[in-house]
Amino acid sequence: MSYVRLINVTKRFGMVKAVDSLNLNIERGECFSLLGPSGCGKTTTLRMVAGFEDLDEGEIHVGDRLLSSKAKNFYLPPEKRHFGMVFQAFAVWPHLSVYENVAFPLRIQRMGKAELEQRTKDALLSTNLWGVADGSPEDLSGGGKQRVALARALAINPDVMLLDEPLSSLDPHLREEMRFEIKDLQKKYGFAIIYVTHDQSEAMALSDRIMVMKSGVVQQIDSPLNIYSSPANKFVFNFIGLSNFLDVSALGNGQYTVEGSNTSLPTSLVPPREKAAPKLSLASRPSEIDFTTEGGILGTVRRKSFLGEVIDYQVDVGGQTVRVQKGRREAGPNVGEACGLHLLRPHWYGIEE
Amino acid sequence: MATIELDHISKRYEGREVLSDLSLTIEHGECFTLLGPSGCGKTVLMRLIAGFDVPEQGTIRIGDTVVVDAEKRIALSPDTRDLGVVFQEYAVWPHMTVFDNVAYPLKLAKTPQAKLEKRVLETIALVNMTGLERRLPSELSGGQQQRVALARALVANPSLMLLDEPLSNLDANLREEMRFEIKEMQRKLDITVLYVTHDQEIALALSDRIAVMDKKGRILQVGTPFDIFEKPASLAVFTFMGVANFMAVRQENGEFYVGTGTQPVPWEKPQGTAKNWVAGFRPSDVVISRKEQGLRGVVKRANFLGAMMDYLVEVDGTEFRTGVETHLAVEAGLMFAEGEQCSLQFASLHWFDAAEMVEEA
Amino acid sequence: MASAIKKNEGFGAAQLILALSIGILVVVVAVPVLLIFLNAFWADGKFNVQDVLRVLSEPDTYQALMNSLIIAVGTTIGSTVVGTFFAWLVTRTDLPYKRFMKGMFLVPFMLPSFIGALAWKMLLSPRAGYINRFFMDTFGFEEPLFNIYSFTGIILVEIMYLFPFVFIQVCGALERMDPTLEESARISGAGLFTITRKITIPLVMPSILSGALLIMLYSMAHFGTVAVLGIENGIFNIPTLIYERIHQSAGSFASIRTGTVLASVLVFSAALILWLQNKILGKGRYQIIAGKSFRPMELKLRGLRYPLLAFCLAYIGFTIVLPTVVIFLVGGLTTYGLPFTAEHLSLNNYKFILFDYQVTRDAIVNSVTLGLAAALITMSAGVMISYVIVKMRVRGKGILEFLGMLPFSVPGSVIALGVILAWSGKLGINLYNTVWIILVAYIARYMAFSIKANSAALEQVHDSLVEAARACGASMGQALRDIVLPLVRPGMFAAFFLIFLPALRELTVSIMLYSPTTRTIGVAIYTLNEDGETVMSAALAGIALILIVSGQLFINRLTRKKAGR
Repeated sequence: MSYVRLINVTKRFGMVKAVDSLNLNIERGECFSLLGPSGCGKTTTLRMVAGFEDLDEGEIHVGDRLLSSKAKNFYLPPEKRHFGMVFQAFAVWPHLSVYENVAFPLRIQRMGKAELEQRTKDALLSTNLWGVADGSPEDLSGGGKQRVALARALAINPDVMLLDEPLSSLDPHLREEMRFEIKDLQKKYGFAIIYVTHDQSEAMALSDRIMVMKSGVVQQIDSPLNIYSSPANKFVFNFIGLSNFLDVSALGNGQYTVEGSNTSLPTSLVPPREKAAPKLSLASRPSEIDFTTEGGILGTVRRKSFLGEVIDYQVDVGGQTVRVQKGRREAGPNVGEACGLHLLRPHWYGIEE
Repeated sequence: MATIELDHISKRYEGREVLSDLSLTIEHGECFTLLGPSGCGKTVLMRLIAGFDVPEQGTIRIGDTVVVDAEKRIALSPDTRDLGVVFQEYAVWPHMTVFDNVAYPLKLAKTPQAKLEKRVLETIALVNMTGLERRLPSELSGGQQQRVALARALVANPSLMLLDEPLSNLDANLREEMRFEIKEMQRKLDITVLYVTHDQEIALALSDRIAVMDKKGRILQVGTPFDIFEKPASLAVFTFMGVANFMAVRQENGEFYVGTGTQPVPWEKPQGTAKNWVAGFRPSDVVISRKEQGLRGVVKRANFLGAMMDYLVEVDGTEFRTGVETHLAVEAGLMFAEGEQCSLQFASLHWFDAAEMVEEA
Repeated sequence: MASAIKKNEGFGAAQLILALSIGILVVVVAVPVLLIFLNAFWADGKFNVQDVLRVLSEPDTYQALMNSLIIAVGTTIGSTVVGTFFAWLVTRTDLPYKRFMKGMFLVPFMLPSFIGALAWKMLLSPRAGYINRFFMDTFGFEEPLFNIYSFTGIILVEIMYLFPFVFIQVCGALERMDPTLEESARISGAGLFTITRKITIPLVMPSILSGALLIMLYSMAHFGTVAVLGIENGIFNIPTLIYERIHQSAGSFASIRTGTVLASVLVFSAALILWLQNKILGKGRYQIIAGKSFRPMELKLRGLRYPLLAFCLAYIGFTIVLPTVVIFLVGGLTTYGLPFTAEHLSLNNYKFILFDYQVTRDAIVNSVTLGLAAALITMSAGVMISYVIVKMRVRGKGILEFLGMLPFSVPGSVIALGVILAWSGKLGINLYNTVWIILVAYIARYMAFSIKANSAALEQVHDSLVEAARACGASMGQALRDIVLPLVRPGMFAAFFLIFLPALRELTVSIMLYSPTTRTIGVAIYTLNEDGETVMSAALAGIALILIVSGQLFINRLTRKKAGR
């Protein structure tokens, strides 16, 4: 049986369903990300697990413990759930030293002095904070503060760590470094992570599995690579990377043409049979398109920008724009020139998705 | 004509010399970018050209007019310099409508009402804001406010536009869109644009020429985007212009070895006698493969980032990162696991003296 | 293309404005304060500390110092407890009608405390107070229930009208505090009570202390309440003793000495308090402001919800409604002491003081004209001075900042005394016994408000807004007229009312400076009460309350409209 189980969980704010009949199983020691744009319900989900929000329907279990249940009118307050949690805005207490911040959860448990000191020291050592233990967290950088928050969450040795956009207040360079640190801590302590983020590359780099959410509804739950290579729908495709969508319509002979023009697609470019429909959306990534002289989708280069590593093309295809990115060493057409586009990995989606 | 000539400019701020003895010429009709990290003095330089500040030394000419001559105590006030300025924080006047904001320069110039109205509406159309003339800035998005600022700067047909990080408060998509719009407007109107930014991607995409500045207010290199990126004049320029990877190389008896090992460097050798060298390269300059060609290394860490597979590779004690596009990695069997052997080939290397590297840090 | 070549512009003008600004502050603020120190410490042509110590050790002076301290400490502790408790109640619990209650707790800000003191005197003076009489008559109490003419009485009345200083500070801190600071304690296993004790209170401690020190400062230098409730029983504090001395002796040398020495003590303690406050705020200003906001956790009061609401309502009723009602009722009586029955109540007193009674009519006209004039002058000078402080880069503006903030540490009675010293002819101009001297004192007293409000408004006007105008071809003057002035107008407006309303109810300064024809509303209420004209005093107080409340409502509407736009 999975370790953390959300069964049919629904949460409403007024008339809006922030989370709609969510079922979710997270394994022991797994790193699981909730990914989606702001307002998709990912933070609400996390806060329901933490106990800061109650449920309008459903149940949440961890191991053999029931945490929340609407039907049984049961609700365990956050302070009794024994999770570690890290917030976006650090939330370290400025009036306590780094040491006292980390020791706080243990003092609340009335832990014996020797054990408390040992555990606090452990947590501070594994987050590289032992040297600044007596200082004020106010004197630390953003990264330092977030480490204090991590150490504090570690101190009680939780089975589950809840991380709410913990890296988005940090600058990009530090973000990457902390990502590795979190991963290392997980290896060392073996807790499960529920990680909320809106940053797809963060989710990809960190997670064993990712759940993509939109407006409170699950779009896809899968491994990072599968999410990347087979996005379940247009939303997921668009959310996890730079995207092109070409609206196309069927010609009736199994062939397709670019909507609003007489630019036909090459004969080899047809949707799998089960997806065929009068109108479709043809999705591709800018980095997964080659220029070709024959047999491609015909277009005209409208803009070409040298961005250093890559050269960025905007190609007009029957009034729609397709973006192409090529390495700086690869030759390509110039502005105003006609070109053919060969999609290396086309994806087909329904038009209204 | 709006050629800008800066001659031996020095400027102090709060006791610190921000710019010292700086000379630079910006040609008429070009889109010129001052690129540098924050605090490098690029904004100060722009403010000197605009006339918001006065240098302690040097002269500035715009076209045929000497606008600043420190020695002769000449400093034209900004309102007489015939320029348009767009600021990072938009600086649209919150108590005026879009129309009134854009019309203000013409009102000051006492333009007849009919002509003024025509010109204002024209300019508002130019920045795609038609229909929003009666709005107050508080009712506009950031991008729209920045368009108003742009229109206001353009309305009086200045021969010179100064843009100070005008896009950095916008979100990524909008930033890209506005970038193209500014470029197209500059071409259409044939004006000189001086653009100040710390974002190398915007600078590369937008400029005819770029001046890269360092923290001490010195100009490191002036050149076209291609030159700056492909032929960096120094380590600092190379590092600033994009993701930079480095490999330690040592010279022993005229032969060059990677890291602490015995694999010789199989490409162009550096010119010079130093003992310790650093080879710099872009992620796209290195090809990772399973073929037995080039340098042998070990994948220390594999990191899936969506479109890219990111590898930390070790070659004989020197570590660097490289990437492969995910679809290529999957198709060509280049999904390395941590600890696997790999080979590395390089398309081009930039050689730097290791001493320079230490100095940089 | 423009080719006019001019010199580095704006140099002379900037210095001129700076000099003018400094000049205004020196004449209005610095000279009076300096004269006080000079009079206190400079006797017989030499610097003389011994004489100062002698004055301080006189039994009367010493007693007044102690009294000021006792009252200030008591008031501060009481107000802090009350203010913090109510702030916590309206921000961190599920008390019903919280927003309404929050508004009600701010009402005492509007009520002049000396009018409150007057009301409590009517209710609880040992023999004539209505409540005391009610208990003695009905239940046959031998002794009055409570004697308001006491330290306890004075402190309680001051707490009632001063606690909002702490309340508003703590409310602000609690509302802006990042809820995840408390949530992370909760997930660490702490219950709400522990969190309040170990996290919430320590985090808002700087705000609590800063509010407390403000109250301390105010109470030390507070005239009205002690004058109304203390003098009767021989309780003097520093300001009342200064008043007593100056007033009785009509400006004799000895009394001026005593006054200036006491005033110096006030200035020093005020400076000390402000220094402490700065230190606390500087050191303890934690970054506790929320990033992304969720509503903070609320303590469920459960069974206590309605009892606590009742308690709050009773508190409001007792401290605001009851005194206000008493003022209006007593103002309607034919003779003070009669019961409040229909036969004794009428609007005659109100009619009399508004239309027929020269003293009160003069007072109202004086207060309104003085308030308007002071507000107008201070506002205009304040705009100019703040502009120099906030926007100009000229050498010497540090002096200006110091001078501008100086009045904050100079209590009203000190300003009044300084103004007497400066403007009674010693420096060549004699304004004593004219309405002008009150005006000068008001300007000195309220200049700091104006600078603060205008500086805040000017700081909102980013430099690039002006620079954008310059780049559009506007001269400095045009940019000021078209951009800066329209944008700071709301701030100027706020400054105007921030001065006009307090000036309308001013007592501390005016009481030291008035002459028979230059009474202000505050002075008239006070002297009528002193002269035993209690009903007239109450009626005028009632009219003052109406003026103040309608003025306040007017501002509220105005600012709300601005914010809503």
